[in-house]
Amino acid sequence: MVLTLFIIASVTFFLMDALPGTPYNNQDRLTESQLEMLNKKYGFDKPLFERYVNYLVSIVHGDFGISLQFSDQPVSTLLSQRMGPSIQLGLQAVIFGTLVGVFLGVIAAMHQNRFLDVFCSLFAITGRSVPNFVVAVLLQSLFAVTLKLLPIGLWDEGFRSSILPSLTLSISPMAESCRFIRTEMVEVLSSDYIELARAKGMSEIRIAFSHGLRNALIPLITVLGPMTVSLMTGSLVVENIFAVPGIGEQFTKSILSNDYYTIMAVTILFSAMLVVVIFLTDILYQLIDPRVRVEGKKHGTE
Amino acid sequence: MARNEQITIPDSAFVPMKTEEIQAEPEMPRALSFLEDSWRKLKKNRAAVVTMIILLVVGCLAFLAPVISPFDPNEQHLSWKNLPPKWPGVSLNGLNGTTLFRGNRVDSYALAKVPEGQCFLFGTDEFGRDLLSRALWGTRISLIIALIAAFLDLTIGIIYGLISGMKGGRVDTVMQRILEILSGVPSLVLVVLMLLIFEPGMTSIILAMTISSWIPMARVVRAETMKIKQMEYVQAARALGAGEIKIALSHILPNISGIVIVRAMFSIPSAIFFETFLSFLGVGMKIPNASIGTLLNGGYKVFRLYPYQMYIPAIILCVIMLSFNLFADGLRDVFDPKMKER
Repeated sequence: MVLTLFIIASVTFFLMDALPGTPYNNQDRLTESQLEMLNKKYGFDKPLFERYVNYLVSIVHGDFGISLQFSDQPVSTLLSQRMGPSIQLGLQAVIFGTLVGVFLGVIAAMHQNRFLDVFCSLFAITGRSVPNFVVAVLLQSLFAVTLKLLPIGLWDEGFRSSILPSLTLSISPMAESCRFIRTEMVEVLSSDYIELARAKGMSEIRIAFSHGLRNALIPLITVLGPMTVSLMTGSLVVENIFAVPGIGEQFTKSILSNDYYTIMAVTILFSAMLVVVIFLTDILYQLIDPRVRVEGKKHGTE
Repeated sequence: MARNEQITIPDSAFVPMKTEEIQAEPEMPRALSFLEDSWRKLKKNRAAVVTMIILLVVGCLAFLAPVISPFDPNEQHLSWKNLPPKWPGVSLNGLNGTTLFRGNRVDSYALAKVPEGQCFLFGTDEFGRDLLSRALWGTRISLIIALIAAFLDLTIGIIYGLISGMKGGRVDTVMQRILEILSGVPSLVLVVLMLLIFEPGMTSIILAMTISSWIPMARVVRAETMKIKQMEYVQAARALGAGEIKIALSHILPNISGIVIVRAMFSIPSAIFFETFLSFLGVGMKIPNASIGTLLNGGYKVFRLYPYQMYIPAIILCVIMLSFNLFADGLRDVFDPKMKER
């Protein structure tokens, strides 16, 4: 895991070095001596390898360098200010999305191949197909422009301004978990213990939610983690559209202005989240579902 | 039990058949080939057939764009800018070329002094470019990008997966570690980074997308190769002295083709998504060139004023994505019914 992060950090560093252009404003109007001065100020005049080692060492100490564009702030403070909105959006979207998605999935599985099932499946596939920036604009025009219920963007009305972006982001986890739960539930609902519950005279709804769902939920955990991370990266455009001061918006800004250190820090941050989350889900999965452990052992001794 | 009862059949029933009679026996129906069988199964899935037709139509329109588009997609008529869609013979508001001007409905075509009979089915944009032509060309470029990217994914993924799966042992371990590291970088971020380094344009978009998206394909191919490698017929081939490459190409590849096709079909919509996403962010296709992403980007900027400029590319995009996803779903049911819906 540490090795992965190390390689990712190195690769991004050398990629940044290969970037065309300089991170300075009005770069065409700078004279040679001015360029030299700026390079010296930010340490770009040192040999590549020395900068590389310096960078790695400072990362380990939690120092991601200073932003070259945004008034020379340290990148770590810049990003930590922006973590909040991104995390809030991501979590709200995942929680809302999975709850609704699981509910729809269960309903679809209970009414397999009937109208409700077709409806839910259609909804799921539409949710997967329509890109989130299209959803964002549609929601904006519906709720903010036509109905004037919610703010069209910005981050100044607390929870109210987080509703639309979260809703936009929640479409994809909703669709994913709906499909996922439906397949799992169809399988679970045809097993023997469900038949027994039915024979005992339990109502279909109780069977589905208290017997079926429990078993269908376990595999969902494996996809939830990576889904959350991809939501945070996926919010690049959504944050831009809604003008949310989050990490994604910062990333797009830095990209358009060649702000090396910020780009690298965001890349490393996103990768670290993904790697850690995948690692954690693996562990969590084994803790929750004893069957995986047994299978894993068998696989290992082969 | 009735089954155990002795059945007595009179000897007279046992009469040898005449030769002509044997030949007259109906022939066994010819065994269906793989493709015929798949086609027969696919036809039963109504959604897949409908989406296939939609895709064919969209594909034809897009690839015929140079022939059928009424204007050059980059031709500017500044006096005809931002004209709403006008359909000949349709008097519905929104499709008849009228707009609200200070609360009154006016014929913007007459105001812009467009010659009588000249209609822009999708309207025009801020530079007076015909949006129908731009939509056709844009769909064409987006589809080309997606198809090439999917094809590259397929090739690299198959080669990597086959080598990793066939070799096994240490080579496999190293190759899997590499995959693990690559998949640690979120693909969106990786693509954006790549685009910064290459010059923006079609080739670099394709390259950037390929770099991140062949990974799942390689994983699938490797897993399947490992499975099939254990089969008796592969061992038989090996016992007969077939080389590794021969086994990989003529025994393993045909048997994983179904899964590979399905995965490739799913990778096309994601490639389209990436292209639109990048162009929407402003790091994708260069500006005057039309692609669905740049059209969306342009439409988004004037969305409040001229909503049709956003709605039309959005609808095209959604139809294409939905069709590809549904069609891929249908194909999956045909080729690989056991694969879990994911």
